[in-house]
Amino acid sequence: MSVPGQWFLALGAVLFSIGALGLLVRRNVLVMFMCVELMLNAANLTFVTFSRMLNDIAGQVLVFFVLVVAAAEVVVGLGLVVAIFRRRRTATADDLHLLKG
Amino acid sequence: MSAAVVSAMSMLATATVVDRLVFVVGAMIILGGALGVVISRNPVHAALMLVTTLFGVAVLFVEQQANFLAAVQVIVYAGAIVVLFLFVIMFLGVDRRENLGEEPLPAQRPLAIGLVVLGLAGLLLLGIDAHWAVGARSVAGPAAGQAGGDVAALGRSVFTTYLFPFEATAALLVIAVVGAVVLARRPRPGYGPDEDIEEPEGAGELPGAERQDAELDDEVTR
Repeated sequence: MSVPGQWFLALGAVLFSIGALGLLVRRNVLVMFMCVELMLNAANLTFVTFSRMLNDIAGQVLVFFVLVVAAAEVVVGLGLVVAIFRRRRTATADDLHLLKG
Repeated sequence: MSAAVVSAMSMLATATVVDRLVFVVGAMIILGGALGVVISRNPVHAALMLVTTLFGVAVLFVEQQANFLAAVQVIVYAGAIVVLFLFVIMFLGVDRRENLGEEPLPAQRPLAIGLVVLGLAGLLLLGIDAHWAVGARSVAGPAAGQAGGDVAALGRSVFTTYLFPFEATAALLVIAVVGAVVLARRPRPGYGPDEDIEEPEGAGELPGAERQDAELDDEVTR
């Protein structure tokens, strides 16, 4: 018998929290992006676990779509980072305060 | 609540030794890598730690009989996304060490840690309270007993029930590629809104741009 699903779900929750913590604490835009990837992976792990627990392949299909959306998101996000860096010479989120009143 | 933890512990004890070992090692790889992403000062090290976490998640996918997704996880995430991250880090030249001790907003770090701990505790308590949302537990997985295993089951589902979302992802990828090209394009001089680029003090020109100008001058003088 395999490891029960609760353990995977708890692990997913912890991984998501670490990703959220990094997103809140770090200032480098690239590292913040990596933390978003961590959160997406936590969601994927949860989807696969529920797919196994509920005996439904739809969870795995959803993980497939999350992978595609994550790839598209990274491409556009890194394009934005490159464009911002070309204009402002910085990859630190705190330096981008042009909209601050 | 402690009863729920005890029952989960006893259920972990019913798993086979190999399964338990794989789960524990995978969990340690994942958590170590995730913490490494958050606390490493060098963005390149953070990217390598991210690869570690992604491999750990792939191991746990295999543990749950999602073999195809584990392969896709390694190929797409570790092979494409992280390489893209590393490429941009090297391209921008931001692979310097960051001083994590310096903190412009003093209240931010404790506030963030408190919020995250609160959120995690709420999440786990909700899960325990709801008995992790499902009473029935399947140990076999959705593809058990089907011809072709999880690849065939996934393929059937994607190309029948989820055909329209699958086609929509094609459009999404095309839009993303076009968007990336538009964003990364260097604007032609004297054309478009990019003429009034504001330069922060002390920022030099890109070395590539200077070299291009020098080459152009050479051509003119020749």
